[in-house]
Amino acid sequence: MAYSDKVIDHYENPRNVGAFSAEDEGVGTGMVGAPACGDVMRLQIRVNAAGVIEDARFKTYGCGSAIASSSLVTEWVRGRTLDEALNIKNAEIAEELALPPVKIHCSILAEDAIKAAVADYRARHAGQAAVVSEQPVCRSSQG
Amino acid sequence: MTDSRADKAPPGQGQPVYLDYAATTPVDRRVLNRMLPYLTNLYGNPASRSHAYGWAAEEAVELAREQVCSLINADPREIVWTSGATESNNLALKGAAHFHKGRGRHLVTLATEHKAVLDSLRDLEREGYEVTVLPVLDSGLVDPAVFEAALRPDTVLASVMFVNNETGVIQDVAALGAMCRARGVIFHVDAAQAAGKVPIDLEQLPIDLMSLSAHKIYGPKGIGALYVRRKPRIRIDAQMHGGGHERGMRSGTLPTHQIVGMGEAFWLARETMAADNARIEALRERLWAGLSKMDSVVLNGHPQQRAPQYLNVSFNYVEGESLLMGVKNLAVSSGSACTSASLEPSYVLRAMGRSDELAHSSVRFSLGRFTTEAEIDFAIAQVTDVVERLRAMSPLWDMVQAGVDLSSIQWAAH
Repeated sequence: MAYSDKVIDHYENPRNVGAFSAEDEGVGTGMVGAPACGDVMRLQIRVNAAGVIEDARFKTYGCGSAIASSSLVTEWVRGRTLDEALNIKNAEIAEELALPPVKIHCSILAEDAIKAAVADYRARHAGQAAVVSEQPVCRSSQG
Repeated sequence: MTDSRADKAPPGQGQPVYLDYAATTPVDRRVLNRMLPYLTNLYGNPASRSHAYGWAAEEAVELAREQVCSLINADPREIVWTSGATESNNLALKGAAHFHKGRGRHLVTLATEHKAVLDSLRDLEREGYEVTVLPVLDSGLVDPAVFEAALRPDTVLASVMFVNNETGVIQDVAALGAMCRARGVIFHVDAAQAAGKVPIDLEQLPIDLMSLSAHKIYGPKGIGALYVRRKPRIRIDAQMHGGGHERGMRSGTLPTHQIVGMGEAFWLARETMAADNARIEALRERLWAGLSKMDSVVLNGHPQQRAPQYLNVSFNYVEGESLLMGVKNLAVSSGSACTSASLEPSYVLRAMGRSDELAHSSVRFSLGRFTTEAEIDFAIAQVTDVVERLRAMSPLWDMVQAGVDLSSIQWAAH
């Protein structure tokens, strides 16, 4: 499979790899996917008092496209409010990285990771119930 | 003697290091040199009985038949040329099932067989045959008692792979064949990965039909053979109809140059197998010793009952495709879903009881005649480097290092 230059760039120079302490006041953590499906993404956001995401970190187990999608998302969420972050759609991620059809699920997972991280942050701060995104079993293997 | 090993650029400086010999092999120069005249000067049709062009081609085809037989100890009249092992498997299974359909409609095989066998049998299932697909042990071997229990009075045929293409595991075809023979069940063996790697003596082995390929042992692609036993005589229906070539079992003009190449490749394999195997096994063990220095590295397949050319390893907590993407100076293959068209992780490893995670994390290294020690050392260094890098960005590795039991986590997707 030939990878786009952007996927290769993110794979070879991943942005913002790492972790924040999940206990930190301003941190929201989202983990999506499953090892059995071949990809797990953990996205963390650090939100400031104004409700703006000022930093993000990721760790991903998955193919090059999954790594690139999560790396890209850490760049895109920075400087956005939570609602603005939720507006990032998988189609934009897929387009930016020129993902082939069989890799679209990687971009969907990245979108899910944003939702999960925001939901976690909101649950911890507003007392809102965390919204667990509904995912079919191993969407990736349904081709 | 070939000088292909000496001719190579140092690892990392030229072409990627090739460790995918189970997928295909380069044509040995000695094989190529034998083939070339049959494309230019000696271009006759071996079926042309009326002139010297045809005679020369026929002579070459018959010599090649003997060369193939020299490796497997068979009679030249038991060889049917095909386009490769996929066609041989199709011909053997459909041909035998169709010919003997009056005797019974039950067929037996293993879950770890090649798709050419599994899908041929699935096709027969659609025609009304009943297929039993047997599980294998964690080692990749079938339990002989389970195999024996699956044979029924209406079982017509059983098909077992000699050497597995993903793991190199060697099934005990002598014992399984004897069970079939005792019950009058036709025993087909897919030996595409076995020829030239493990000794095969068809005088001794109770095998009735056996599929062979040239391109796995330094011959050209597009040529293979089906061994069809004469004593006791095994009957099959042709699947390709036409001029009645190959005693009516497979019509089509014989590709003389391909056949000459296959013959020479088998002849060379017979001469070099013992020395090649000893050298390759030492390299394989060197590779395993180097890779297993890392944590959480799992060998897939029986540790001993395995052909020397194969090393299938799961690098836990690292996804296979991302690993392959990182080792860009290595040509290897992965059981990860993402590298195949189907998006399913290796069904062979799954059948061996490996979790989806381990199947997703697997890499098959396959070594061959032209593999060097420098290439192995290069591969160890590359893989170690990339595994460490990917684990540093793996949330699973993170959790395991923190003492979290991954199986205790409620994964969102399940």
